[in-house]
Amino acid sequence: MTVIYARSKGLTDKDTHYCPGCTHGLIHRLVAEVLVELDLLNDAIGCASVGCSVLSYNYLNVDMIESAHGRAPAVATGVKRVHPTKPVFTYQGDGDLASIGTAEIVHVAHRGEKITTIFVNNAIYGMTGGQMAPTTLPMQKVTTAPEGRDVAHCGMPLRVSEMIAQIPGAAYVERVSVHSPKAVRQAKKAIRNGFLCQMGGFGFSLIEVLSTCPTGWGLSPVDSLQWLEDNMIPYYPLGVLRSPEEA
Amino acid sequence: MSKTLMKGNEALALAAIKGGCTHFFGYPITPQNEIPEFLAREFPRTGGVFLQAESELAAINMVYGAAAAGGRPMTSSSSPGIALMQEGMSSLAAAELPCVIVNVQRGGPGIGTIQPSQADYYQMTRGGGNGDYRILSFAPSTVQEGAEMMMAAFDLAEIYRTPVFIVSDGMLGQMMEPVELPEKTHRELPAKDWLAVGHGGKRKPNTVKTLALDPIVLEQRNLDLQAKYARIAAAETRWESYRTEGAEIILCAYGSTARIARNAIDLLAAEKITAGLIRPQTLWPFPVAAFEGLPESCRMILTVEMSCGQMVDDVRLAVNGRLPVAFYGRSGGIIPVPEEIAAKVKNLLGRA
Amino acid sequence: MAELKGRVRIATNSCKGCGLCIIACPEEIIVIDESTVNLKGYSPASISSPAQCIGCGNCALMCPDSVITVERFTVKRRAEHV
Repeated sequence: MTVIYARSKGLTDKDTHYCPGCTHGLIHRLVAEVLVELDLLNDAIGCASVGCSVLSYNYLNVDMIESAHGRAPAVATGVKRVHPTKPVFTYQGDGDLASIGTAEIVHVAHRGEKITTIFVNNAIYGMTGGQMAPTTLPMQKVTTAPEGRDVAHCGMPLRVSEMIAQIPGAAYVERVSVHSPKAVRQAKKAIRNGFLCQMGGFGFSLIEVLSTCPTGWGLSPVDSLQWLEDNMIPYYPLGVLRSPEEA
Repeated sequence: MSKTLMKGNEALALAAIKGGCTHFFGYPITPQNEIPEFLAREFPRTGGVFLQAESELAAINMVYGAAAAGGRPMTSSSSPGIALMQEGMSSLAAAELPCVIVNVQRGGPGIGTIQPSQADYYQMTRGGGNGDYRILSFAPSTVQEGAEMMMAAFDLAEIYRTPVFIVSDGMLGQMMEPVELPEKTHRELPAKDWLAVGHGGKRKPNTVKTLALDPIVLEQRNLDLQAKYARIAAAETRWESYRTEGAEIILCAYGSTARIARNAIDLLAAEKITAGLIRPQTLWPFPVAAFEGLPESCRMILTVEMSCGQMVDDVRLAVNGRLPVAFYGRSGGIIPVPEEIAAKVKNLLGRA
Repeated sequence: MAELKGRVRIATNSCKGCGLCIIACPEEIIVIDESTVNLKGYSPASISSPAQCIGCGNCALMCPDSVITVERFTVKRRAEHV
């Protein structure tokens, strides 16, 4: 008898505060598993951000630093410049990274900072109650656009991976999803590649993970997976946008 | 080191290296650019790390990360850039992270001018980030004093687990004076077992944070911080007095303005008018004790600032109604001359 | 005698009843009994037919709360002994 799946040592034993079906917990688990498998858990330093995942430091079994909204890449830069050989990562949502934090994420890529950013994109601001995010889709109903996102009024959603992929210092950029077991397996591979890119000294790595927000979207957790597949993937295509091999 | 003629900004940068600074993160802004430029040149030779950040917002957060990971970082900026950093200051104070921040003040508000001012007194001592916090703030008056304060700042930051401000201004930053850096005094520093450096599988993870959703917990955090601030106030408050014995009027000024006030006092002495000076060397903690037990001869206090009146509030609080407190200031980047301060004193004393 | 391929254990009191494991299971043997409630107040998931588990691990892969442990049997076992 082999245990093929058990709770990762990369997670603490605290139950998360996330809503039922919120894929933050799933993505935390993937990060935790990758850190354990690559034997990086003991040296890893994570920079938490502001959003639903602000309490990620309670769930990931690594030393972590809370960062102000949007600033995690700058905080991570400070850390990595003190500890150039340790694995340093940021874990950010779409408000944190794509709204207030756009300067910081562009410049951490621009500098080719050897850190890994896990970007959790669920097209909404979850923690503050369901407002519009830069990644909210056209006509998607949110509390600050109750009739649906009006692109004439506030623009089309931001494709972060495409934006970052054309920066020379961004060595590995992949967009993945967690809407099915197959997608989750690919997401884990991508996160693993991101950390391998960092530890190999190639440059900045960004893994954008399309995720769900059942509470914000007003859907059941299972229906949310379907909504993601039907609505988010067409606008945010999955795949590797940049890798060290092509550079 | 023998006496060397140095620009104020450069002396601060050299003193930072000698004081044990390991990392500088900053963004260009006049009139402090000599600080990042000096460190960009010298750090690669001395083993420190210089990184130009994309903004002051990023710079202060790089300082935060480096401090949380065990570095001895600093940043420097000038008034509008310091304003951008205020969010970071609140976080640094809340997370109790040791670091040094230099403000080479310029005229404001807004983009203002590149000429000197002291119009950030409120910004440095009253927040301006959110929440109840205080930051140990030194106000040098000469290039030499700035260098000495900077050399001691990194250890003080670690001893108290606090950011430390060096509050300079455009004149002190740009002027050149002889500097002789002393040997660094060795101080016992507390162990940093709270750092986020990787737990090594040997302990529970450390978290550096400021969030505390439970109000009972957060109130206790605040009380603990206040207790620390009381300890700092008891041990680190500094001021200097000049000719206050038997003075009829006592001036209060800091930084560049204090030097000019001293010259005004000497001019007045030549006219047999007895004026003295209390010069705060720490802005926070403000030297309240300096205003207790003033000589019987003293009839009033005159606060002189390169602003529209900010430190005067603290002087009034310290004097507590015992004596009238007057104010004289220039703003917009204008530096007062000794003669105009002397004229104000004579006017106040009815000797105009 | 049936060949048991896999076994799933669910930490019932940590389960939030989100249902992602249910749609992940290719054998459709995970259910939520809405008449039961765990200590958190959720109706937790459980395995309706343990003998049909193939030990694929999809349920654990989808679980956001890491409450699922999956074992795979490499030696044939009698189903009655489970």
